[in-house]
Amino acid sequence: MPESPSPTPAAPAPEDPARRDFLEQALRLAGGAFVFFCGGTAAEAVSGAAGEAYNWDEHRYAYLIDTEKCIGCGSCVRACRAENDVPDGFFRTWIERYVVGPEGSHVDSPAGGLEGFPPVQTAFTPTKSFFVPKICNHCKETPCIQVCPVGASYRTRDGVVLVDGQRCIGCGYCVQACPYGSRFLSPRTHTAEKCTWCYHRITKGLRPACVEVCPTGTRQFGDMKRDDDPVRRQIERERVAILQPHLLTEPQCFYLHLDKEVR
Amino acid sequence: MPEITGFAFPNDIHVHWSLMIVMYPYITGFVAGAFIVTSLYHVFGRPEFKPVARLAMATSFCFMAVATFPLNLHLGHPERGWYVLVTPHFTSAMAGFGLLYNSYLAVMALEVWFVWRREIIEAARRSRGLRRALYAALALWTYDTSPEALEIDHRAVKVLAAIGLPLACMLHGYVGFIFGAVKANPWWSTPLMPVIFLLSAAVSGIALLTLLYQGVSKLRRARPEPGCVSGMARWLWFFLILTITLELLEILMLAYEKSEPWHIISELLTTRLEFSFITMQMIIGGLIPLILLGIVVMMDRYLHERVRNTLCVASALLLLLQVFSMRWNVVIGGQLLSKSLRGLRSPYVPELFDREGILVAIALIIVPFVLLWLFDRILPIDEGGPAPEGPRREAETGVAGA
Repeated sequence: MPESPSPTPAAPAPEDPARRDFLEQALRLAGGAFVFFCGGTAAEAVSGAAGEAYNWDEHRYAYLIDTEKCIGCGSCVRACRAENDVPDGFFRTWIERYVVGPEGSHVDSPAGGLEGFPPVQTAFTPTKSFFVPKICNHCKETPCIQVCPVGASYRTRDGVVLVDGQRCIGCGYCVQACPYGSRFLSPRTHTAEKCTWCYHRITKGLRPACVEVCPTGTRQFGDMKRDDDPVRRQIERERVAILQPHLLTEPQCFYLHLDKEVR
Repeated sequence: MPEITGFAFPNDIHVHWSLMIVMYPYITGFVAGAFIVTSLYHVFGRPEFKPVARLAMATSFCFMAVATFPLNLHLGHPERGWYVLVTPHFTSAMAGFGLLYNSYLAVMALEVWFVWRREIIEAARRSRGLRRALYAALALWTYDTSPEALEIDHRAVKVLAAIGLPLACMLHGYVGFIFGAVKANPWWSTPLMPVIFLLSAAVSGIALLTLLYQGVSKLRRARPEPGCVSGMARWLWFFLILTITLELLEILMLAYEKSEPWHIISELLTTRLEFSFITMQMIIGGLIPLILLGIVVMMDRYLHERVRNTLCVASALLLLLQVFSMRWNVVIGGQLLSKSLRGLRSPYVPELFDREGILVAIALIIVPFVLLWLFDRILPIDEGGPAPEGPRREAETGVAGA
C-alpha cells in the first residue's frame, strides 16, 4: 500500500518545556477521546475507517474490464498517476491500442496512453481496432509473491497483492517474474511498486482512482463476497477471459470481449 | 530512453538486472568450476590434476569471498540484504541462497584448513612473535602432525570434497534455477537452464585454471606438467561439448516446436544479440575453442609441448569470453524482450562509473586475484614450497596469476 509520507513538521521553536509537555499530553488525550467517542479501537482509528471497522475477511475484490467500452482517453492513467504519485516512465496501469487486420496487427501504448492516442497509419488494412486497459491482475497464484526472497510481496485476505516497501530489498525478482509487466523498481524508493487497486481507498469503501474516473464504465471494481455486486454477477454469468491463462496464475482481473491478439 | 521495436509493455523497457547480475553467475561459475577441478583430484583421484588441486581450491575460495559483492551492489536496498539470510521466504528460489552459500563457504573453509593444516603448523613452529600468533591461531593451537593426524586430515579432505562437490553444483545450479524457473520469460524458462549454467561453470573454472597454472608456471620459470595441461584440456573439451550441445539444443527445441515465443526469440538472437550470441558465444567462444581443444585432445602425442600449451591458453581465453557472453545473453538478453512477446528494446549498455558499471565489474574480477595473492602469502599454494618467511617468490607467482 503506498504510504504518502506524512509531512515532517518544521522544527519547533524552543519553548517552555512545561508548556510543551502540556500540549503533548493534551493532544494525546484529545486523540484518545476522539477514538473513544468514535467507538472503535486504536487500530481502526489508524486504518482510517472512521466509526466502521474494516474487516478484510468480509471482502474479496475483483476487477472487470470491458474492452468494448474503452475509448483510450487516458483518464485512468492520469488519475492513477495523481493518486499514487507514480514515477515518470513507469506505470501502475496503462492502455494498449490494437489495430488489427487479416494481414497484420499493430499494437502501441504511447506513454502508456497517458495523453491519449495520436492517429496511426498502418501498412495493412485494419479491420478492427480497440483499446485494452491493463493493470496488475492481483493473481491468486501469483509468481511475484512466490519469488520474493524476503516475503515483502504478499496477498491480503481481501485479495489484493501488495508490496511492503519497508521490507523490499529491491532485488527485482518479482519484476522479472510478473508475466504481465505490472511491476517496476521505483527509481525513487528503490523498491518494487505496483498497482494496489488503491488499497488506501478501497478499504474506506471508495473505488480505485482509475475506476472512479473512467467515463465509459470500462473499468469496474467489485466485491466477490457481496451477493448483489454487479461485477460479481457479470464475472459469474458472462463469458469472461483472463490474460495469459496458460500460466495458471489465476488473475482476479477479468476481461469482457477480449481479443485473441491481446496477451 | 531505450528504443523499442514492436510493442513492449511500458514497464518492460527497463533492464533491472544489470551488469552485476551478469557478474554474479560468472563469479560463482569460477567457484563451482574450480571446485570441480579440485574434486577431480581429491574425490575422483585423477592424478593429472594433482599439480593444480591446491591452486584450484584457493581460487575457488577467493572467488567465493567476493561472490556476494555483485548482489549487494545490485540491490535497491543493500542494507536490507541480510533479510534474505535471516528471514528467508522459502517459496522463493532466491531464499535458498543463504543456506547454500553459507554451507558451501563452511565446507570450503574447513577443506582449506585440512589441506593446509600441516603447513600452518610448520609455519607456526618456525616463526616468532605476531606471525607465530597468527599461525598458531590458524592451527587452532593444535600442533599435531603425527602420521595418524595427517591421515585423518587426508580423509577429512576427501569427505569434505565429496560433500563440497554437490554443494558447489547446487550453488551454481541454483543460479541457473533462478532464471530457468521464471515462467514469465520464455528465453529463461527451461529446465535446461540450471544444467547449462553448471556445465558452463565447469568450462569457465577449468579454463581459468588452465590460464592460472600456465601463468604461474611461466613466472616461476617452471615447466607446466604436460600431463596436467593435456588432462585439463581433455576435461575442458568434454565440458565444452556438453555446454554447446545443450545451449544449441535449447534453441533448436524452441525453433523446431515453432513455439509461441520463437518468433521474438529468433529476432532477439539475430538482431540484439547477434554479436554477443552468434559471434561471441557460438563462433569465437564456442566453435574455435572446440576445434583447438579437439586438436589438443586428438593429436596430443604429436604436439610439441609449446604448441599444446599455446593452444590451451588460447582456448581458455576464448572460453572465458564464451562463458561471459553466455551469462550476458541470458541475463541481459532475457530483459531485452518484452513479455508482450511483441517487442524488443534497444541493447543495454552499462555505464562506466555507475555502482553497477563497467569499472566495478572489472574491480570484481581483479579482487579475487588480489585475494589469491594474499592467500598465497599466508598459506603457500605451491606444495612443499618455502615457508612464509620467504614468501617473495610466491608473491610474484600470485601476481602472475592475476
